[in-house]
Amino acid sequence: MDQDTLNYIFIGLSFALYIGIAFKSRASSTKEYYTAGGGVSPLANGMATAADWMSAATFISMAGALALGGYAGSRFLMGWTGGFVLLTILMVPYLRKFGKATVPDFIGDRYYSKFARFVAVLCAVFICMTYIMGQMRGVGVVFSQLFSIEISSGVIVGALIVFLYAGLGGMKGITYTQVAQYCVMAFAYTIPAFYIAIALTGNIIPQFGFVGEYIADGDPVPFLEKLNNINQELGFSKYTDGSMTMIDMFCITAALMCGTAGLPHVIVRFFTVKNVKAVRKSACWTLAFIAVIYLTAPTIGAFSRVNLISQLNGIQYSDAPEWFSRFRDSGQMTFKDKNNDGIIQYTGPLAYRKSSGELVIAPSENAKQAALEDDTDAMADPNELIFGADIMVMANPYMSDVPPWAIALLMAGCIAAALSTAAGLLLVLSTSISHDLLKKIIKPDLTDKEEVKWARIASFVSLAVAAYFGVYPPSAFIAKTVAFAFGLAASSFFPTLLIGIFSKRMSREGAIAGMISGISFTLGYIVYFQFLGGDPADYLLGISPEGIGTLGMLINFAVSFTVNIFSPAPPLEVQQMVEEIHVPSGASGAVDH
Amino acid sequence: MEEPTARSHRIACLKLTLFLLSVWAFVSFGCSILLRSWMDGNLPSVGSVPFGFWMAQQGSIICFVLLLVVYAVCMRRLDNKHGYTEE
Repeated sequence: MDQDTLNYIFIGLSFALYIGIAFKSRASSTKEYYTAGGGVSPLANGMATAADWMSAATFISMAGALALGGYAGSRFLMGWTGGFVLLTILMVPYLRKFGKATVPDFIGDRYYSKFARFVAVLCAVFICMTYIMGQMRGVGVVFSQLFSIEISSGVIVGALIVFLYAGLGGMKGITYTQVAQYCVMAFAYTIPAFYIAIALTGNIIPQFGFVGEYIADGDPVPFLEKLNNINQELGFSKYTDGSMTMIDMFCITAALMCGTAGLPHVIVRFFTVKNVKAVRKSACWTLAFIAVIYLTAPTIGAFSRVNLISQLNGIQYSDAPEWFSRFRDSGQMTFKDKNNDGIIQYTGPLAYRKSSGELVIAPSENAKQAALEDDTDAMADPNELIFGADIMVMANPYMSDVPPWAIALLMAGCIAAALSTAAGLLLVLSTSISHDLLKKIIKPDLTDKEEVKWARIASFVSLAVAAYFGVYPPSAFIAKTVAFAFGLAASSFFPTLLIGIFSKRMSREGAIAGMISGISFTLGYIVYFQFLGGDPADYLLGISPEGIGTLGMLINFAVSFTVNIFSPAPPLEVQQMVEEIHVPSGASGAVDH
Repeated sequence: MEEPTARSHRIACLKLTLFLLSVWAFVSFGCSILLRSWMDGNLPSVGSVPFGFWMAQQGSIICFVLLLVVYAVCMRRLDNKHGYTEE
């Protein structure tokens, strides 16, 4: 049986499983799972939340970002797991006690203002929209690979499937379906890593192999040393150094962490747990399940880097391994024979080709510039192998002898990750436009029927916009696009929620001014540098748009507190409410979302 | 419920939060970013991987999970001590 047939069978089976479980759960009363004292244990809820949380960015893009970025890729690892600590310790238990279902609801009530709610809805729309853009790209990459079509066609096919899937309810909110999804994703992600770890390091546990030795050819050498050597030979910076300044790394990590703690669709997930105590336990399980994937990602990144280079670099194009054609056919990996010698040469930013045809690795960026000035006919970028970070996870198992069923399982996992998050976000986005924005603020006399109609229109329009940005992505890889969404969340919701929970005195004027200034600064900076062609040399303090959310957050805090000094204190009942949310007992029953 | 209980509970809770957050900041921003080169040079490697790099890619995540376990356990004790028991 060939690989494609096997892929379809596994994807079909996994979906049959999800639908089967969904059907069975629905049949035995949906309500049962949500009401207080319901049957969902913190463990199951933790697994379901982990499935919710793992999107295309984590599952498909992150290991590739690590493979290409080395140490610099750690920003995603720490940002997205560390953010969970903030979320659990600072936000969720208090918001759960407060008991309203959405973030704009909390902001509207805590800041006793319709306008605050309106601003919060707008922020949520921007955040979700940016997030979906990344997911649509992920959906496109997966479908392009599955059907061997161009990535732009993949995005369009994917968009149609997401639309149908979201119409089915996206399987969201059915805890046990998500538990099944988590299991598929976790096995799909880790099984190839076991096989590759054995092949490269002789150790079955990838995390041990990663800190162990590389044994695949000749004498064993420490694995990371091998990686560093490969990188340097080809003109990349050392794997353990990466190519990111400390301040940028710091800011991006901080923006991802604080963004996680302000992300509307994650916060909402914890409202389905029965009380504050269960919320803490459930968050614990969630992070543990997420950690399974996050601890494996760096090993997959490192292994795939070694494999990719040893199998493709310096090889005659006509002798390239069979799997290369898979990725070439979908246009995701291309070979451009710049010097017409028929050999694939993969090189990094420090490499150049002299006019004599000799390939040289410069010791530094300045040395390269000087050499290029001397030899004006030299080729500044001799790299002949072009591919995106997003395909590394899918290409990885082909490079080692991973059995075909494990590859098929991986494809099923990729589809689950991409579809579930995209569909889930689409639901959140369309309901926040139709319900929070139209019904609650603009047109209170909207009938239920009209509300549903508006939700459909909103989801169609946002999907179209997201698909457009999936075809023409705002950044090099998915994880980076998604990082923008986190920057926006960090600069708008995180400070406002945090102050709202921990300070009685913060007034609506302060919060509104803070949110508006934080998000508009961040959004403006991202748009200027990603879309309007701003020169990276002009970065403020050297902070890239990915990390600017951290600065936006500081601006939000500063503006909030300054405006707060000049505005009246909140009414007494609001102050009372803030007192209340710190008392852990007596939370209202769990809500369905 | 009396005021002093709520107040002491809140203070104890804040103290725990601050402690956990300082550990959180130390393992992520400290070990893995700001002090990374010092850690690489002066602390024992994990297997063949320099300590700072290992913290950035593996260690910090493990610490985060442990932090949440500590949080859940300590908060349950705190709640029970102040009489906020609820099942």
